[in-house]
Amino acid sequence: MTDMYTQLVSKGPGRDIARKLGLPQPVVLRRYQPDQPLVTGPVLVQGAGAGADELASTLLSWNLDVRRHAVPKEKLGAIVLVLDELGRPEDLARPVLTAATSMRDLAPNSRVITVSRTAADTADPAVAAARQGVDGLLRSLAKELRAGATGNGIVLARGVRTTSPSTLGALRFFLSGRSAFVDGQFLTVSSTEGQLPADAGKPLAGKVAVVTGAARGIGAAIARTLYRDGATLVVVDIPAAGDHLAAVANEVRGTALQLDISRTDAGQRIIDHAVERHGRLDIVIHNAGITRDKLLANMDEGRWNSVIAVNIAAQLRINEALLASGHFRNSPRIVSVASTSGIAGNRGQTNYAASKGGVMGMVRATAPLIGTHGGSINAVAPGFIETEMTARIPFATREVARRLNSLQQGGQPGDVAEAIAFLASDAAGGISGEVLRVCGQNLVGA
Amino acid sequence: MSVNGQSAPGPKDSTPAAAPASSHAPAAPAAGPIGGSAAAPQLRKAVIVGGNRIPFARTGGAYTKSSNQDMLTAALDGLIARFGLQDERIGEVGAGAVLKHSRDFNLTREAVLGSALSAETPAYDLQQACATGLETVLGLANKIKLGQIDSAIAGGVDSASDAPIAVSEGLREVLLDLNRAKTVPQRLKVLSRLRPKDLTPDAPNTGEPRTGLSMGEHQALTTAQWKITREAQDELAFNSHRNLAAAYEAGFFDDLLTPYRGLTRDSNLRADTSLEKLATLKPVFGKNLGAAATMTAGNSTPLTDGASTVLLASEEWADAHDLPKLATVVDGEAAAVDFVHGKDGLLMAPAFAVPRLLTRTGLSLDDIDFFEIHEAFAGTVLSTLAAWEDEDFGRTRLGLDGAFGSIDRSKLNVNGSSLAAGHPFAATGGRIVASLAKMLHDRGRVDGRPARGLISICAAGGQGVVAILEAH
Repeated sequence: MTDMYTQLVSKGPGRDIARKLGLPQPVVLRRYQPDQPLVTGPVLVQGAGAGADELASTLLSWNLDVRRHAVPKEKLGAIVLVLDELGRPEDLARPVLTAATSMRDLAPNSRVITVSRTAADTADPAVAAARQGVDGLLRSLAKELRAGATGNGIVLARGVRTTSPSTLGALRFFLSGRSAFVDGQFLTVSSTEGQLPADAGKPLAGKVAVVTGAARGIGAAIARTLYRDGATLVVVDIPAAGDHLAAVANEVRGTALQLDISRTDAGQRIIDHAVERHGRLDIVIHNAGITRDKLLANMDEGRWNSVIAVNIAAQLRINEALLASGHFRNSPRIVSVASTSGIAGNRGQTNYAASKGGVMGMVRATAPLIGTHGGSINAVAPGFIETEMTARIPFATREVARRLNSLQQGGQPGDVAEAIAFLASDAAGGISGEVLRVCGQNLVGA
Repeated sequence: MSVNGQSAPGPKDSTPAAAPASSHAPAAPAAGPIGGSAAAPQLRKAVIVGGNRIPFARTGGAYTKSSNQDMLTAALDGLIARFGLQDERIGEVGAGAVLKHSRDFNLTREAVLGSALSAETPAYDLQQACATGLETVLGLANKIKLGQIDSAIAGGVDSASDAPIAVSEGLREVLLDLNRAKTVPQRLKVLSRLRPKDLTPDAPNTGEPRTGLSMGEHQALTTAQWKITREAQDELAFNSHRNLAAAYEAGFFDDLLTPYRGLTRDSNLRADTSLEKLATLKPVFGKNLGAAATMTAGNSTPLTDGASTVLLASEEWADAHDLPKLATVVDGEAAAVDFVHGKDGLLMAPAFAVPRLLTRTGLSLDDIDFFEIHEAFAGTVLSTLAAWEDEDFGRTRLGLDGAFGSIDRSKLNVNGSSLAAGHPFAATGGRIVASLAKMLHDRGRVDGRPARGLISICAAGGQGVVAILEAH
């Protein structure tokens, strides 16, 4: 549920009062519903090159209302700013300033999406400067957008086109309500792997997916989202959470596996269960995690070790089993849940942040290993998400924490799940080793 | 031995209670083991896919506010989640409860309707005291063997916390007559019959209707008869707790149990108990027998709430659903004793049922790898074993040449039993069947034949049901 303040100020007299008092004005975000239009209005494709032309004609083939030039006063669903041919920083001016004239025409919950190239891929200082410039541009623009509109960027590695499968996959994700709480973020498409789904409503049809820590909160939301997208689910949690796990399993028509993932044989048990019951294993979502917060000065061995054991050591061990298994070879996908704590740090969470930072390192280093099987591994780093856990934060602290982002509200467990479902899909096959933040562009951790 | 002074003679005692194999045995091929597997009249195999139960809770504990229907539904939903049976039309679900409200006339069907199973799954209730759970397994397995159904869920549930309380006979008669009365004067006349004592409710008890003795007092007679010592009973109880605690530690129950209402383990389990602690408990049964009383709260099962389920299937159905086949239900046997006239102890029927079943299937105690003898009381298990080891009992009561035999105690209740887990009457059978099936599957083969387990459950009314399972 959207928080009460957001509901109050998003319409009627509440909105007027908040505006006059200069209070935060979060809106109820447009979130994905099956059969919902991809965007809320026409899509303006800015950019003069061949990449922009190709992309525009692809969007036309999706039956979107595509504009190559802005129509004055027409409300826009999205602006796609194609910047794939930058040679010098000065090249930014023309497309960016043209787009600028359309900013006031963006509808609520609209999208601005840049498509540019990897700065690290070039040795030419001017090219690198232009490409890296997009980073600062987009992140600042995202902070200027209002009313649920978001800005995100797609970065193409050498050899990747504006119409490569995962470029289009990422574009669809950012245009849609699936990315409602993703703001100010970049996704790098590193290869031409991946393919768009036959049925956009069931992108995971035929896949068998394992979700750990699925008994409640974000894990349960992931299971529901993967199920909605067509996957067959194996939901995993510790035996003590078995009753909640059973309820989730029955809701998503999957099987429950009561298993402590820190057991040394956990990986094999997961593989065996998936293969014996469902015939295959395509997707593993490492969501299970624990917190044992203490200032480092008060940290004891038990708190430190248990967090490391569950949050990162278990994932590493399970991944080793997965990569060694002959049953995890058909475009396998691994998605781990990291945390903005692992990026920006968080007082009292040295152990947790170490484990989550570890997840991101693991993901980067595992990408080439799983890539040999045509697979991918990525992480999603949630920011402030409205869960049972964050509901226990004292009111004032919680209220500040949830407003400290560009969307001025906390995210929903389903927002994290949407990002994970995208990264687990075939369409994301060209994206690997990435960390995608789902934080509404939280002010900490940049 | 007379337990209550009734003097009516029992039936003629000319034939041994355990008849020789020939009278029951099916025709030709069943005379002995074939291919290393126990012979039984099988048309096709009934396999145990797995089970699920909720942790058992001591009465007045975690499940005080849970009804039988709540608990049975929870146990079913956990089973459905474990095996992915959502919206599945199961051939038949059979379960029951010993302590049952009159409103629960369709308890099992109502639980099915409240579960994630297909609403088109038929269900029936069954009640055979503490043997209810095992009898549902045997009955449904038989239907599978006969090809009547391809899948089944057997179960049982009991709540001593949420037990039905009836109005007194006097009040009940008045209320019924009041309903039939047509005029005001008639109604007043009926009401005038009401006496204060009629307003005292009729609480449930475990007393035997024909003797008035509680089950514990009955067992105390048997325990004394077979001269079972306090030490032996305490040791059995200690082993039960130790074995159950070790099984939990090893993760044995991870795929047999789903937590419920905050409970993740059986609340009666005392992992830290010791023989010394058990020795300090005061006797609670058999205090008026003359001999020293030996039965305590430690070596008797407490009143317990809980539910269990077992998924049964034909091999074809299990294969088609990509489900495991842990064990097969080989055969079962029921027996009853004349405890009313004191001929045998109330809970001694399995002492007859087991020899009959083993004889019929061409097996001996040596052919069994796991013995699951329900621990209603430590004295029950030990009295049964003592009877089997007794020359006179073997000759005169079982019709054998001598003692029936003794068992290797290291094969007895190796993952704990009712003394530690507790005993929600109708749920005990399902607990034992699912656990034993998993143990047999883990053991696999013994001496080139499938591992084999024997279940023995005593029940009120002088009854007992026993069964043999084999690793698949």
